[in-house]
This record gives sequence, structure tokens and C-alpha cells, in this order.
Amino acid sequence: MTTTSDDLSKAPTVKGPKRFDKPRTPIGKAGRWSEDRLGAAGGMRKQLNKVFPDHWSFMMGEIALYSFIILILSGTFLTFFFDASMAEVRYDGSYVPLDGVEMSRAYASTLNISFDVRGGLVKRQIHHWAALLFMAAMLIHMFRVFFTGAFRKPRELNWLIGLGLITLGLVEGFAGYSLPDDLLSGTGLRIAAAIMQSIPVIGSWAEFLVFGGKFPGTVIIGRLYIVHVLLVPGILAGLIGAHMALLIKQKHTEFPGPGKTEQTVSGERMYPTYGMKAGGFFFIVFAVCAALGGLAQINPVWLFGPYNPAQVSSGSQPDWYIGFLDGSTRLFPSWEIRLFDHTIPPLFWPTLVLPGILFSLAGAYPFLEAKFTHDKSAHNLLQRPRDVPVRTGLGAMAITFYGVLLVSGGNDLIAKAFDISLNAMTWAGRICLLVLPPLAYAITYKICLGLQRHDREVLEHGIETGIIKLLPNGEFIEVHQPLGPVDDHGHGQLAYAGSKVPKKMNELGNPHGHKIRGFFYPVREKTDIQAELDALAAAEARGEHRQKELTD
Amino acid sequence: MTDEDNLDADADLGFAPAVVDNAGRTAPTRTASRRPSGFRRRAASLAVLIGALTAVGGGYAMLAPTSGADDTAATSQDVEAGRQLYNTSCITCHGANLEGVTGRGPTLVGTGSADVYFQVSTGRMPAPVQGALELRKVPKYTEQQILQLGAFVQSQGGGPQVPPADADLRAGSDQLGDGGELFRLNCASCHGATAHGAPLSAGKIAPDLYRSTDRQLYTAMLVGPENMPVFSNNQITPEQKKAIIAYVQTMKEAKDPGGAGLGRIGPVAEGLVIWTAGLGVLMVSILWIGARL
Repeated sequence: MTTTSDDLSKAPTVKGPKRFDKPRTPIGKAGRWSEDRLGAAGGMRKQLNKVFPDHWSFMMGEIALYSFIILILSGTFLTFFFDASMAEVRYDGSYVPLDGVEMSRAYASTLNISFDVRGGLVKRQIHHWAALLFMAAMLIHMFRVFFTGAFRKPRELNWLIGLGLITLGLVEGFAGYSLPDDLLSGTGLRIAAAIMQSIPVIGSWAEFLVFGGKFPGTVIIGRLYIVHVLLVPGILAGLIGAHMALLIKQKHTEFPGPGKTEQTVSGERMYPTYGMKAGGFFFIVFAVCAALGGLAQINPVWLFGPYNPAQVSSGSQPDWYIGFLDGSTRLFPSWEIRLFDHTIPPLFWPTLVLPGILFSLAGAYPFLEAKFTHDKSAHNLLQRPRDVPVRTGLGAMAITFYGVLLVSGGNDLIAKAFDISLNAMTWAGRICLLVLPPLAYAITYKICLGLQRHDREVLEHGIETGIIKLLPNGEFIEVHQPLGPVDDHGHGQLAYAGSKVPKKMNELGNPHGHKIRGFFYPVREKTDIQAELDALAAAEARGEHRQKELTD
Repeated sequence: MTDEDNLDADADLGFAPAVVDNAGRTAPTRTASRRPSGFRRRAASLAVLIGALTAVGGGYAMLAPTSGADDTAATSQDVEAGRQLYNTSCITCHGANLEGVTGRGPTLVGTGSADVYFQVSTGRMPAPVQGALELRKVPKYTEQQILQLGAFVQSQGGGPQVPPADADLRAGSDQLGDGGELFRLNCASCHGATAHGAPLSAGKIAPDLYRSTDRQLYTAMLVGPENMPVFSNNQITPEQKKAIIAYVQTMKEAKDPGGAGLGRIGPVAEGLVIWTAGLGVLMVSILWIGARL
């Protein structure tokens, strides 16, 4: 018996080299073909083995990446039909209420896309919803990076690139919002022109430069079109590439936990698991954009009418990502500040100085934090937000400040919806802008400390089991489940390690913090059952008829 | 309040249509009495009187044949019924002779049946309490009662008239483009391009137009209720008013081809949707993906 098996096992090793030379499967042949020509197998192998963390918060940046891809796809379709010309035409398309109205070719072609191009309206709407999602996803991704300290050395440059992506996203979105040349977007451009004019010394010239003369001129739509479809997307794509390249070079950060160190990285490999997850998630993002594009009307330009500088609609708002600037303009007092014998227009402060300060602070934050904490070392392990209360508090403060500005950008609609005086809304916004951020800081700081204390309490006393015991002497005690060995007083010996502390009984026993599933009883995972069956089958195959009981 | 005060209040109106439509009252002579030249004053008074009489007579002659029906033109019974309604519900604030009561309500002299129609048919009048503005409510009176009330106010003080019930106040679809341009030029700055309304300063609002009827839109333009400016027939001709009404009503009745309209209030609602529905679904998705190892 042994000799035959030896013979059999020898056979492949003799033929081995030949088999590697000549692959038999189609995939193997394709692989050989490309390897002979590209020689990329080594690099591919490395990339396919790249490890992605499995924490959910790492997928928020992916929403932004995927919505960018959706934007490119849907935007390319729109360029086939959009005419970025401000030449006047008389509309004779199928939307009757605008029949015979003078409008620019840009607006007419947008109406054409909406009503006469097959599938045009849904593509337009998908494009617009994806744009809103792109900006929102970048923002929440930024929140994740901020609150977990992922921006720290060596990743400050990626933080700055991300900030650049958000800034360019604002420009890109505003350019796209302006292209249809409807009454709403024209009003937005009018305000943009006013903001340019408000720049001291060069204001008028800046407006002339951008608009090719005085507002509105005849060139701005064509210029914005090239900015929107070529210039900014090109830079965005390049920056996204740099963002990802740095990510791959520096590897992912990860939360502290058992077996996690500054030198290691853990998670799912790109191929096969993470690639499947990410690919599937792309389709979920696309599905959300498509569902919104099909079910919820966005930017109905036909209701707004063509742009005419003599007209303006009440309730004209920018898309949400510009909303904070609208809000700051509404809240800022109409102070005419004189500097060096020149009046600075009031619009200059809330629309240029304020965002300048906000973005500068955001860009400088990683360096400021390193300076104030004297932390010059590199970090690949993240921090839980509760463990850095000052940073978390500052973040909450910034988000509250931004949130008040954003809400104030729509304060007329809130006033209308809830029958509040618009003047009261403005004053409430001003007061909230000054009062709420410090309050948010204080509350967040306190919450962080409370969470820290609770973590340490559980480490010391164990998890509350919910069992109350009556001792023979009549005393009631609550039974705690210690997390590790205890000392003479029954106190836990474990130190806080910066990772999640289990707080409930069903969180025990899994080092990665995944709860055991099941509401009343633990749900047995298919993989576990399969593992037991495999072990049983293997045992039977070895002839060891050891009965293994499958417990349910 | 003395009688003289009332007369002064009338004289200060200086409201031309009221004078023309109400030739028998003392207003013309009192207005004229301020003018310097005696001969010119008398000549002007005579001219106004003749013109007013011609207008009233001609107007009556034109309306008389169609007034046999129910609610189109004012019969003396209508005026009488309107007077009774007025005495029941309006007199407390607007006074026994429509002269208004200080601190309660303005004079109704010269407001005409158009204003009465707008205010009462939208439920703004009779008002339960004084306020910065009145909001739309369920009307207290039937259409016929409203027209009777209007007939009474018209008979007392003159002013812009409510268009008759059989008048078609909506222009044809070929006028929609013009109507839209006029709407965006004159109305959108307060009511919004999609007619969803907007707040004005200090708690006042420009209401949404989604519940307004043709006649309410028409009379509102004619008389300019509350904070709204008057768009007289010299500024916006009746034909243009009908084009605006056609545009507004067509826009309101039109379905939203892109799906749910989100209140047609624009980017604020859209931003809310992406942050709640859009990002909400995706956050649940990433929690799900993150939980499935």
C-alpha cells in the first residue's frame, strides 16, 4: 500500500514543471498570455493581497469614490445632448408652458434632455443625486478620519489632499449647478459674481476676468462647462488617484485590538473577499442613486424658467454643500467695515473670509494637534473618539458651527414651514452660531469622559449580568462577569488598551467585538456548523469512529 | 369718532376709481376744494361729475342685461342681503359706513367687490383676531353670500369689481409662455418660481398659491391684499392676468415627471433627502457589510 501511494505521489512532481509551462485552463492561459507581455504578476499579487480593515466606518470614503464613478458615467451621457451656449433661441420643444419663450441654448438643451431625450431625465437626476451624495460622503469620510485620529503622521498629506477634494468638489458642484442656465442657477451665478466683486482691490477685475465682461455676459456657461467636464474632474481624478496611492503605500489604519500593532495591518484581502464586498457595495451605491433618480425629482429646471437677470425667485437656494455659505451670508450683520479708507463690502466677510478661515483651520489641524500635544511619532493605530476628548469636542464644535450655518441657509423655508418670523430665524441663527459650538464642545467632552470611565469600570468590576443574588444574610448583590483574572478584592486586572470593551454578555468570546448573533439564543453560524461537519467527516474518513455529538 | 373725522379719512384716500364709480358722494368736491383756482376747480368738478355719471350709467347699461341670473351682478336684493351680512359680521371693525374703526379695521371705501371676494372667499375675513397678516382659512360664507357682501361694499364705496362668475379667467395654452414670463417677473420674487410661497419680513408671508382659484388669483392681483402690491389693469392688463392665471394653474396641476416633487421647494429639500434617505440607506448598508465578515 505505501509503495503505490508513494508512486502516485511522485508522479505529479516529475511532471510538475511541464504543467506550469503550459497552463490548461482558460484562465491560466489568459494569465500566462498577459504575464508574458506585461510581467505584472508580482505587482498584481501584491495588490490583490492588500488588506482592508473590516470596520464599517472605513467604507464611507468608498461611497464618495463610487458616486464619483457614477458621476463620470452619467455626466458623459449628459454631454452628448447638452449645448453649453448662451445664444438665444425660442423654445419649441415638448414642454408646453415654456413654448415660445426666449432662452439660452444651454437651458433649451437641458429641457431637451429632460423631456425629449430617451432616459434623459432619469440620467440627469441620477447625476444630480450622485453629486449631492459625493459631497455628503466626502464630508462623513472626513469626520471618520478626524474623530479617529487617522490624519496623524504619516497621513497629514492625505488629509490635505482630501480637503482639496472637498474644495474642488464644491467648485465642481457649483459649476454643474450653474450649467442649465435656469432662473435658480442664474441667481446663484449672480451671487457668485457679487462675491467676486466684493474682493477688495481686484473685485471688479476678477468679475470681468471670469465672466468676460460684466455679468452675465455671453461666455460664462461655455467656460463653466469646460471647468465642469474637463478641468475640475481631471484634477479630481488625479487627486483621487494620489489619495488612493498614498493609502496603498501607507496602508490602512486600524482600530486597536488583540493582535493589532503599529507595525501590522489586518483585515480582508483585496482578492477575493474584499473585492467582492467593495464590488457589491458599488452596486448598492449605484442602486441608491438610481432609486433617488427615478423616484425623487431633483432640480426641476422647467419649473424655474430660463434665466433672466430681471427676475428672481424667492427661496432660491444653492445645493446643500454651498448652503453653509448662504447661511453665513444670511447671518452676518450688514456691517460696512472701512479699512485703509476703502469700504469692504459686507458680502466679503461671510463668503470669502469665513470659508477661508474654516478651510485653513481644517488644513492646519493635523499640524496644530501635533504641535500642541508634542506628538511627533507615526501612528497606524487609530484612537477611539472617547479617548481624545479635546479633539472629539473640537470636532463636535466645528460640526455644530457648520450645521448652524447650513440650517440658516434654508431659514426662510423653516420660517415658512413652522410659521416663525424670518427675522427671528436670523437672530436665532446668530445666537446659535455663537452659543451652540462651545456648548457642543462641553457636552461632547463630558460624554467622552463618561464613556472612558464606564470602560474602566467594566474592566475593573466586570460586565453587568443582570442577575441579582440574595445572599443568606439577606444582602442583595449584582453578579458581574469579570473580563479576566481578578485580585483578592474581585477587581479585574486588565488595563484599558484603547480598544472596544465588551459591555454585554453576548459580546464576550469574540476578540473583534462582533456580537454573537441571535435575540434569545445564539444563532449558529453556517461556517461553524460546516466546520463541525467537516471535522466529523474527516474523523470518519480516518476510521476513527468517534461519535461527535452535534449540539444545537 | 366724529363725523368730520370720517369725512377727512375719506378725503385723504385720494382714490380715483372710488370717485369715478361713486359720483354721488362728497369726495370729489372735497378733494377738489384743495385746489387753488375757482374756475378750474368748478370745471374739473363738472368734468369729473359728467365722466363719473357716464361711467356709472354706461357700466350699468352694460351689466344690466346679464344681471338677471344669480350672482353675476348686483341687484338691490343682493345689496340688501349684503348689508345684513355686513351688519352682522363686519360692522364691528369696519364701521357703520365702511369708514373703518381705529385700532380694529381699515376703511372699506373704494376696496370694491374684488377685495371683498378675495378676503372672504379665502377665509381671511371675517378675522377672529387682529394680526400682522391673515392666513387662509375655510371661508365662512357661501359663494353667493360673498358676492352679496361684495355687492353691498361696491354699492357703498366703489372700487375694483370682482369678475362675473361666467367669465373665463384662464387664457389659452398658447399664452402659457407669456404668462410664465410675467409670473416670474412680477410674482416669483415673493411667491417663488414654483408658487410655493415664502416668508416676508417679521412674520409676514407671501402665501403659496396651490389652493387659490382663478377668481382669487385675479382679484388678488387687482386689489393687492395685505402686503401684496396692486397690479392694476394699467400695469398688467386683464389679458395678461389671465395668462398668469393660466400659467400658475397649469403648473400646479402638472404632475412631476421626475418622481416625488419634494414640495417643489428646491435644493433644501433635496439636501435633506440625500442626508436622510440616501446616506441613511448607505450607512445601514455599510453597517451590514461591516458586520458580515
